[in-house]
Amino acid sequence: MSTQATGARLAWEQFWAIIWKDLRSELRTRQAWMSMGLFALLALVVFNFAFDLRVENLATVGPGALWIAFIFASILGLSRNITVEQDRGPMDRLLIAPVDRAVVYLAKVVGNVIVISVIEVVALPIFAMLYNLPIIQPAIAPILLLGTLGVAAVGTQFAALAANTRARELLTPLLIFPLIVPVVIGAVRATEALLTPIHDDAPWLGLLVAFDVIFLSVSAITFQFVVEE
Amino acid sequence: MNAQMLQPAAQPHTAATTPTPAIALERLVKSFDARPVLRGLSYALPAGRTLVIFGPNGAGKTTLLRTLATLARPTAGRALVAGLDVVADAGEVRRLVGYVGHQPHAYEELTARENLLFFARMYGLRDGAERASKLLERVGLRARASDRVRAFSRGQAQRLALARGIVHDPAVLLLDEPDTGLDQEALALLERLVAERRERGLETVLTTHHLERGLRLADDALTLVRGRIAYAGAAAALDVAAIERLYAGERLTSPETGGAA
Repeated sequence: MSTQATGARLAWEQFWAIIWKDLRSELRTRQAWMSMGLFALLALVVFNFAFDLRVENLATVGPGALWIAFIFASILGLSRNITVEQDRGPMDRLLIAPVDRAVVYLAKVVGNVIVISVIEVVALPIFAMLYNLPIIQPAIAPILLLGTLGVAAVGTQFAALAANTRARELLTPLLIFPLIVPVVIGAVRATEALLTPIHDDAPWLGLLVAFDVIFLSVSAITFQFVVEE
Repeated sequence: MNAQMLQPAAQPHTAATTPTPAIALERLVKSFDARPVLRGLSYALPAGRTLVIFGPNGAGKTTLLRTLATLARPTAGRALVAGLDVVADAGEVRRLVGYVGHQPHAYEELTARENLLFFARMYGLRDGAERASKLLERVGLRARASDRVRAFSRGQAQRLALARGIVHDPAVLLLDEPDTGLDQEALALLERLVAERRERGLETVLTTHHLERGLRLADDALTLVRGRIAYAGAAAALDVAAIERLYAGERLTSPETGGAA
C-alpha cells in the first residue's frame, strides 16, 4: 500500500502539479505565447503610430496603451488556457480527483500570471523603445505583478464560466472587461506616476492589492460552482 | 417501448447480506433543464460485485456514472458510494472512485508517463513513478511512455485512460463504455482488469453496448430505459436475446419484478 500525502501538504503538491502541467503544455505548444505576444506587439506599434501623430506627451498616454495591450493579450491567453481543458474534457478527469477547487483555481491563476508575465517581460523593452519612456526600472515590477494578478484572477474565473457556453468568445471579454476596470485604472495611474514628474498621492498600488485580495478570495471560494455542474 | 409501462425493479436481491452496499441509489432523480434523465432510481450493489449497466442511447447510463463519480449532482434523492453521499461526502467519494469514460480526455501535450504522474500527484501517491511504469507496461504503452498523447491513436489514448482510472487502485471503478475504440488486445486487457478486480473483491460498474462481454464480466446487471430501471438482477439470469429485444423497443422480462417488467 502506497503512503499518501494528505491535508495541506497534499493541497500544496496538487497546486504545484497543476502549475507544472499547465506550463509544461504551454512550453511545448507556445500557442498562447505566440498569439499573446504578437497581439501585444501589434497593439503597441499601432498605438505608437496613432499617438505619434496626435499626442505631445507620450508619458501620459503611454501607460494606457501599455496596459490595454497587456490586458487584451492576456484575455486571449486566459480564454485559451481554460477552454482547451474544458473543451477536450481533461477538466472532468481533474475534477474527479480529490483536489480542492480553490487549489485548482489558485494554481490556474498563478500559471496564467507566469504565462502573461513572460509576454510583459518581452514587450516592456519594446514599449520603452517605441515610446522612448524610462519604464525599465525596479518600481514597475510590483505594478506589473499586481495588475497581472488582478487580470488573471478575474480572467481565470470568468473564462471558466464562459467556457461552458456557446458564445464564449463573446462572453469572455464581456464578462471580464467591466470587472477589471479598477485594475486598469490602478495599473495605468500607478505606471503614469512612475513616468511623469506630477506628484500623485493616490494609493494606486493599494487599490490593486485590495482588488487582488478580494477577487482572489471570493473566486477561490466560488470556483467550484463555476466548474462543477 | 414506453418506459412508463415498466414496473419498478425490485429491491436489490442481496442487499440484506451486506450492511453497506458498494453503491446505493435512493430515489435518485437527475434532470437537465427540467428534462428528467434519471427518474427515481432505487438500487443497491452489494460489496465485491461487478455490475454491468445496459440501456439504449439516452437511457441515462452515463449520467448515472457521472453522478456516482461526483461530476453530476442529483436533482433529488441520493447516491451513495460505500455509504458515502456523493454530494455531502464528495471529497471522500473521489478518493474511492476511479472513472474511465468513453472519451480518453488525456492531456495531449503531456506524455503518457507525465499524464499518469500528474494524476498520481492529484491522489497524493508517493510511489507515482513506480505505479506509472507498471501501469504503462500493463496497458502495453511502455514503448510510448515518453511520447506526447497528441500523437496517440484513439485506442492508445483509451488504454492510457484506463491506466489513469486505476492509478490510485480505486475501491470502486466506474467504466463508461471503456471498450469504445479498443482493439482486440486492449479489449482482452480490459476484461483481465475487470476479472482481476472481481477476484480481489473490488467493485466495478461497467456500461457497454457489447452485451455478451458485459454479461460475461459481471455478477449483476442493471438495465435502464428512459431513466428508469427495467431490469435489476443477476447477470446470469439475463440472456442476450432479451436485452436485444429491449434495445429493439420491446418490454423486458425481469425475474426481480416477478414477471413482465
